[in-house]
Amino acid sequence: MSCLKLSAMKPGASGIISALHTEEDLFHRLAGMGFRVGKLVTVVRRGKFSGPMHIRIGTTDIMLRRLDAQKIDIHPSI
Amino acid sequence: MKRIALLGMPNTGKSTFFNRLTGASARVGNWPGVTVDLLGAKVLLGDETVEIVDLPGIYDLHGFSDDEQVVRHFLENNPVDQVLIVLNVSQLDRQLSLVLQILQLKMPAVLLLNMVDEARRHGISVDREKMSEMLGIPVLGMSAKYGDGYKEAHELITREVRNSEPVRLEKIRELLVRDDEIENTMEHVFTSTVQVPAQLSNTLTEKLDNLFLHPWLGLPLFFGVMFLLFQAIFFLGAPLQDLVAWILDQFRVLVLDPLFSNVPAVLNGVLLDGIYNGVGTVASFIPIIIMFFLFMALVEDSGYLSRAAFLMDTLMSKLGLDGRSFVMVLMGFGCNVPALMGTRVMRSRALRLLTMLVIPFSLCSARLQVFLFMIAALFTADQAPLVLFSLYLFSFTTVFLTALLFKGKYHSEEAFILELPPYRFPTLRQMILRGWHETRHFLHRASKFIIAGVVLVWLLTNFPPGVETASAQTWAGRIGEFLSPVLDPIGIDQQLTIALIFGFVAKEIVVGALAVIYGSEGTELMGLMANQLDWVQAYSFMLFTLIYTPCLSTVATIRSESRSTAFTIVSVAWPLALAWVVSFIFYHGARAMGY
Repeated sequence: MSCLKLSAMKPGASGIISALHTEEDLFHRLAGMGFRVGKLVTVVRRGKFSGPMHIRIGTTDIMLRRLDAQKIDIHPSI
Repeated sequence: MKRIALLGMPNTGKSTFFNRLTGASARVGNWPGVTVDLLGAKVLLGDETVEIVDLPGIYDLHGFSDDEQVVRHFLENNPVDQVLIVLNVSQLDRQLSLVLQILQLKMPAVLLLNMVDEARRHGISVDREKMSEMLGIPVLGMSAKYGDGYKEAHELITREVRNSEPVRLEKIRELLVRDDEIENTMEHVFTSTVQVPAQLSNTLTEKLDNLFLHPWLGLPLFFGVMFLLFQAIFFLGAPLQDLVAWILDQFRVLVLDPLFSNVPAVLNGVLLDGIYNGVGTVASFIPIIIMFFLFMALVEDSGYLSRAAFLMDTLMSKLGLDGRSFVMVLMGFGCNVPALMGTRVMRSRALRLLTMLVIPFSLCSARLQVFLFMIAALFTADQAPLVLFSLYLFSFTTVFLTALLFKGKYHSEEAFILELPPYRFPTLRQMILRGWHETRHFLHRASKFIIAGVVLVWLLTNFPPGVETASAQTWAGRIGEFLSPVLDPIGIDQQLTIALIFGFVAKEIVVGALAVIYGSEGTELMGLMANQLDWVQAYSFMLFTLIYTPCLSTVATIRSESRSTAFTIVSVAWPLALAWVVSFIFYHGARAMGY
């Protein structure tokens, strides 16, 4: 199964987090929000003009800038 | 005295619980080791008075955000007898980590699962007994907002704190080393105690998001909401402001003036025109601050403020700001003071400082009064709307320019990740408490500074004794003379300079000051000014008034909110310099073009 960056995912798509390529502080921030390896994430919507992404993880909705979403690897699920 | 620390993730209703526990008695205070204000209160639990401190909401005790450091420094410098952890039941899948971190630190803790009402709606259920057994601490469910389970929580806390011993920690980060272990335990506790339905039914929030975050409708709706909010705050607030001014005026005419009629003129001036007017200036802000935070509580607690951040992020991220900064700048067009106080929702200090630096460029309603008067005096009715529009344009341009120039200096290190919580309606109690807390905060922190400033300006415009008020012979007049090499090149004469010195107290009084300076009023004053000034001078004066040092109350608020003298100096000096440069370019440009 190929790997995708979270930033490249289309609205409605889901996948499992396979890796977080982040600095330590961003790592802690993401972990607190529920972004951990093995968790299922869904892209709800993407802002216009390279705007932020609206991501759902578990019961939490989060807005994330694309720059940060680039650092998250996803295994797309079918 | 025993001390309880309230800890939790953001958006868990922790502060709502704190308010319920402490009522209106909470006060902003300082604690050793932390540089920001925290809310604290002394509460009678059983037969003992206990201090309760509301720590900032954090995601991770191990993290690096400003708030996370504040919490660590607090716990490292202040012994705590009991930690109350408030979590959102619907988000236990990720929030339990905070409890496990506290347990790793061996702190006596009680876990309060908040928002049981919401969880029930979602069909989420928790086996609290089992969770309590697995974690080794008491676990209770409650709704801080509606009060369900609050009585039990209160009894439990009273019981627990009686037997607890203070714990003081050192080097918290070194104690928290086993992150993956926490992750495994969290998974284990969660799956054994929490039942979540396969498909969460949160359709209302999803429907509202489809509307409010709509690719094309989202932004127009946002501006519509902002417009309504603005109208609501300032159209309800303005009559209240007038009422306060009327009451203060009546009190002066009917009580103070007769009472002080026999005291020497100088003392009378200091007491009534100085101190009493200073009190009046402070009082005039109270209605606006109350209205602002009543409605701000609505926007913030409903979850819409995060949506505004989402909608405006594309533009704002380029300026080093976020969408919430934009909301505050917009509100600054009514009054800068509450807008500055409202920046407290931004948790990164750098982001907050940058926002506070740009807000004073918003053309507030007080400045608008000055411009309407000057425009009426010096421009035709056809020109008036264009002139006013151009001033608004300058206002926005200076906001953007300042953000671009200073975003390197006030650069936020924190990644901008924001929760989009479900839409919730705040209770009236929450809204009123917010207005009350903020007003008291303003009075406590800014009033002395404002009153001292008003007295100082009164002295400048009335001393030395014996000279005519606001004349060239006063100290203000001499300052005007001294500054003339600087202000002459931008077309501002000595009389206008005295008006600018008055304008430092509050922009509302500039027109009144002009009346005193020119010795006439109303249309006669307009005619007189039209004779003495041409439109280029007048426009240069308006540009300078728009951009230069925000009013005294704004400076006082910047000082109390930033708690930094250096930042306050920057926020006064930069607009002054920018105002001069802009007016200079305009004045000489217009003159060069033959006007």
